[in-house]
Amino acid sequence: MKSIEKMMRKMEPKHDGKWAKFHPVWDGFYTFLFTPGETTNKGAHIRDGIDLKRTMFMVVTALIPCLLFGIYNTGHWHYVATGETTEYMDMFGDKVIYGLIKVLPIVIVSYAVGLGIEFLFCIKNQHAIQEGFLVTGMLIPLVIPADTPLWMVAVATIFAVVLGKEVFGGTGMNIVNVALTARAFLFFGYPTMMSGDKVWMSGIADVPRETLEANGVTGATQLGELATFTGAEADWAYPSIQAFSEHWSIMDSFFGMIPGSVGETSTLAILLGAALLLYTGIASWRIMFSFVAGGLFVGFLANAFAVNEYMMLDPLHHMVIGGFAFGAVFMITDPVTASQTNTGKFIYGFLGGALSITIRVFNGAYPEGVMMAILFANVMAPLIDHYVVGANIKRRVKRLKTKAA
Amino acid sequence: MSKTIKLRKGLDIKLIGEADKVKGTVDRGASFAIKPPDFHGLVPKMLVKVGDKVKAGTTIFADKYNEQIKFASPVSGEIADVVRGEKRRILEILITPDAENSFEDLGAVDTASMSGDDVKAYMLKNGLWPFIKMRPLDVIADPSDAPKAIFISGFDSSPLAPDYDFVLHGEDEVFQRGIYALSKLTEGKVHLTLKTNSAADEALKNAKGVQINKISGKHPIGNVGTQIHHIDPINKGEVVWTVNAQDVAIIGRIMSSGRYDASKVIALTGSEVKNPKYIKATIGTSIEKILEDNIKGDNVRIISGNVLTGDKISADGHLGFYHSQITVIPEGNEPKFMITKGWMGPGIGKFSINRSYFSWLMPNKKYALDTNLNGEHRAFVVTGEMEKVFPFDIYPMQLVKSIMYNDIDLMENLGIYEVAPEDFALCEFVCTSKIDIQEVVREGLDVIKKECM
Repeated sequence: MKSIEKMMRKMEPKHDGKWAKFHPVWDGFYTFLFTPGETTNKGAHIRDGIDLKRTMFMVVTALIPCLLFGIYNTGHWHYVATGETTEYMDMFGDKVIYGLIKVLPIVIVSYAVGLGIEFLFCIKNQHAIQEGFLVTGMLIPLVIPADTPLWMVAVATIFAVVLGKEVFGGTGMNIVNVALTARAFLFFGYPTMMSGDKVWMSGIADVPRETLEANGVTGATQLGELATFTGAEADWAYPSIQAFSEHWSIMDSFFGMIPGSVGETSTLAILLGAALLLYTGIASWRIMFSFVAGGLFVGFLANAFAVNEYMMLDPLHHMVIGGFAFGAVFMITDPVTASQTNTGKFIYGFLGGALSITIRVFNGAYPEGVMMAILFANVMAPLIDHYVVGANIKRRVKRLKTKAA
Repeated sequence: MSKTIKLRKGLDIKLIGEADKVKGTVDRGASFAIKPPDFHGLVPKMLVKVGDKVKAGTTIFADKYNEQIKFASPVSGEIADVVRGEKRRILEILITPDAENSFEDLGAVDTASMSGDDVKAYMLKNGLWPFIKMRPLDVIADPSDAPKAIFISGFDSSPLAPDYDFVLHGEDEVFQRGIYALSKLTEGKVHLTLKTNSAADEALKNAKGVQINKISGKHPIGNVGTQIHHIDPINKGEVVWTVNAQDVAIIGRIMSSGRYDASKVIALTGSEVKNPKYIKATIGTSIEKILEDNIKGDNVRIISGNVLTGDKISADGHLGFYHSQITVIPEGNEPKFMITKGWMGPGIGKFSINRSYFSWLMPNKKYALDTNLNGEHRAFVVTGEMEKVFPFDIYPMQLVKSIMYNDIDLMENLGIYEVAPEDFALCEFVCTSKIDIQEVVREGLDVIKKECM
């Protein structure tokens, strides 16, 4: 290790040399390899072992089950669309290879473009590179369909990093979740690539219509089909919500055997990640818990007043389809954009979860409400904190008044 | 009306190198020092010159802006040097001690029957006043204030802290004398807070003229700030005074004997000390003799005080005025490779409140932590971690941020009057972004002192 350290030291740009401006880049690589020998100077002489790199590393680790399952699932639905197989374990190798070919380039593009932008801003501002994008770079590929063209991934990443984060001052300063900003950009910028029934099974656009019909494949996600229930009865994808639930069982959705964005389908893989994040204490259980509680609350409320077919869907079913679980574990919990007070976290999570299901059930134009709900909750978070902190201030003022009286 | 408090938030950092319960003696140090920076915000006005002879108890300097507050020499000898730093700020007043300690005759008094004004005059005149600190601000008390209460913490809960039950054993009489003196200084109560379910020493347990409160939980329960917050919180405009328990005994001893005998028992602790133990020493002593042949390596950090709030001193440095502990821990100035010891490693030897390192498998392990930052300075990202170790009804992160952007109204509203930098020591320890929070809080208090007090 000493030799690597020496080599790195040798490459360090001098502060008056011509590469001086690139010092933050060197610093980024150096601190990636070595925790610097910087010691405490003021205040506490010892410090907790954790740093931001470890925190981000834990989140990336927690995302790995989702990524692996996403790779398999991408291949699986490709071969379902082409009609070559419908069995889960059939052609396993082919599915994984197809998935790798589809998903890995997206991951690479997302990281390369995002980190490139980060480095540019570090050089421009002469700041140390911060670790926020390590997670964002993994989240972006997981929340978009596998068929998204790579140039779109690149454009969305640039948009999200520059306008979502850097204009606010970089990691730790952003108002809304960066990965969701990228997704929202794609969703509104290229709606045909982010919704409908031509994107959720990789390669389906190239399969002739007759083949699809012959195989009984529609290409829509469950949410797309569910959204038809909000329209006229003639357009319903199924004769009743019962029929829908029989076609797509909760268990299938739980294991992730459904079409959708790369990493969001398997609730099981997401739960593995959630277990890691909660056990290590990296993510806030308060937010996760209240997000799910908010979703269930609206789900049951809809059940109780079921005036249309969609409202009769089992709330548990809501939990396992679409991006709800992924949002609950990886998106809404982003500490920078979430509420920062413990009480606020409960309110914030509940708001996000409740709104997600509300948009799903009551707004036919947006089959999936999770992205919009979380972005909205992000924007509301400072307001929530303002009132929570305000209560604390009032308590203190009141204490003084009772004393004076 | 004693109170019992139970706290769940906090953190006990288990370190190697607790002092054995033996009282050793070492030869008196070859030099002594009083360090004005120990008293935050103080500008000293020198009353002696280099070469002057002093006795133990001779006034050597006073507060330039409040000259009734005087500071005394802890030993008899000769003023060897006045060490100055930037802008001629006085850093240390060095005293070479005589072979035989001789005392200034201050006049023995009976603290039980004195009036408040007499106690105050005696303490001010004879250099005892600096032992009393005030909240808010955490500086030497202003004698013109009327404190609503005086708080004494009966134990220290910080890592490797000296055991007060041990160091105060047998000091019953002088401790009581000190309490009598302090109780004359306030209209309110004198609070002495002890740990629930632990057999406190008789000196503390049987103290008269105080309200004894009990508190249980993890560090920082021993911090007087935590105790004040839960027993009688400070509102804007109120003042509370605080005194260390050992200093109460010193005040009692000096007043009842008339001799400035500022000796106390200090703990020599830390993973790099060969033989950690208690030692009888005097305020301001040089630590050279104490550490002689007792340090394991060269690359160490010597701290006057504990690892969370103490001051870094050199191997020939001096014990701080308020400290009763010297800690020696490894210096962590070596880079750590990511996979073996860094951020990607298993982290068996790393202590963390999160369970992201495998050290959580050994909850009772004692650590030899070094001074490495374990990361780089970052913006605030992670939330909720400070709240886990900050047992106040105050939002720590919001308060720290309000100080950073210098919003005085918000600082007041969020409770800056109730806190001292040491209360944030654990927040600083756990901070993922490695922000020097104690320093930030101190800056906030300086602003408050300037603008609002």
